[in-house]
Amino acid sequence: MHRPPLTRLALAGALAFGTAGGAWAVEYGTLDSAASTVGFRFSQMGVTLDGQFKRFSGQLRFDPAKPEAASTTVEVPLSGIDTGTAEGNDEAKAKTWFDTAAHPVARFVSSGVKPLGANRYEVAGELTIKGNRRAVSFPVTYTPGPSAASFDGSLTLNRTDFGIGEGEWSSAEIVAHKVEVVFHLVAKPLAP
Amino acid sequence: MNPRYTSTAIALHWLIALGILAAFSLGLYMTELNLSPTKLKLYSWHKWAGVSLFVLILVRLGWRLTHPAPALPDSMPTLLRLAANVSHWLLYALMLAIPLSGWLMSSAKGFQTVWFGVLPLPDLLAKDAALGDQLKEVHEFLNYTLLALVVLHTAAALKHHFIDRDTVLSRMLPRFQKS
Repeated sequence: MHRPPLTRLALAGALAFGTAGGAWAVEYGTLDSAASTVGFRFSQMGVTLDGQFKRFSGQLRFDPAKPEAASTTVEVPLSGIDTGTAEGNDEAKAKTWFDTAAHPVARFVSSGVKPLGANRYEVAGELTIKGNRRAVSFPVTYTPGPSAASFDGSLTLNRTDFGIGEGEWSSAEIVAHKVEVVFHLVAKPLAP
Repeated sequence: MNPRYTSTAIALHWLIALGILAAFSLGLYMTELNLSPTKLKLYSWHKWAGVSLFVLILVRLGWRLTHPAPALPDSMPTLLRLAANVSHWLLYALMLAIPLSGWLMSSAKGFQTVWFGVLPLPDLLAKDAALGDQLKEVHEFLNYTLLALVVLHTAAALKHHFIDRDTVLSRMLPRFQKS
């Protein structure tokens, strides 16, 4: 079968991207904050509620050929929290919740990445919120793309481990202790 | 022997009356509170009460449609009869519209209603803060309209009992003695 040369070139390009790894490995570095999302999901008296962190920034080093060498640091300024209501946002910044005056930023620093196969990786690291540092690990799915790759995952936290929601809020009766942090991080390839 | 309402109609009338009084008072109180666990708990209770009342009112409406109310006294002027009929159906309409508006408001404000924290009701509206505020106005307006009608309803019942001295009120009162 005879194809015009341009189609063959496009096909070759598609194949190259499709087989990320090996000779065509792309190293990702810049976190595209505008295209990424970091949100959280919790339950309030049986009602599931979703919130977002409107601001965050981070570094992400990932080479599909050397996933063990990957590393990431993500920082979330907690004043950018969106709980869904203005009243909730004010409350979240208060001393009993995130105490953003004393601890303005939540930080995750990875310590290791383990391949799980099929573009899935187990990421371990330390999460610091409100001055409480905890070891966490969670699975991340890597989706390669022509101009950017995405890294999707979630981790479930117990808010009391971090002192989030103290005093009158500490009971799980109103706001559940379990909080799921859901992220969709988009990174662009490093400039060669 | 003057005809009375059925025991079921009487029980539903007073149960719903107490429920509305409780949910209405709770609504007035909870909205004045600053954000606290108590406030969130009361909001949930208010919504649970609203859904429960909606179900009870549907049952009551079904009963009313299959068990006609006893006739009004022959002595009542036609215009007052008409007023009594209209205001009763308006009460039913409001009792259904109020919990519905609350449910829609909750969805628009981004909070799904989960009956007793267990049974999630679908969100008929997507989150929309401006629409949520409008529905709050609607919910309040319907409630104050209901309040005005309940005042009228109570005044009319008392007038029947103490001025007209007929059985319009007593036929809706629970009868505790054996007859």
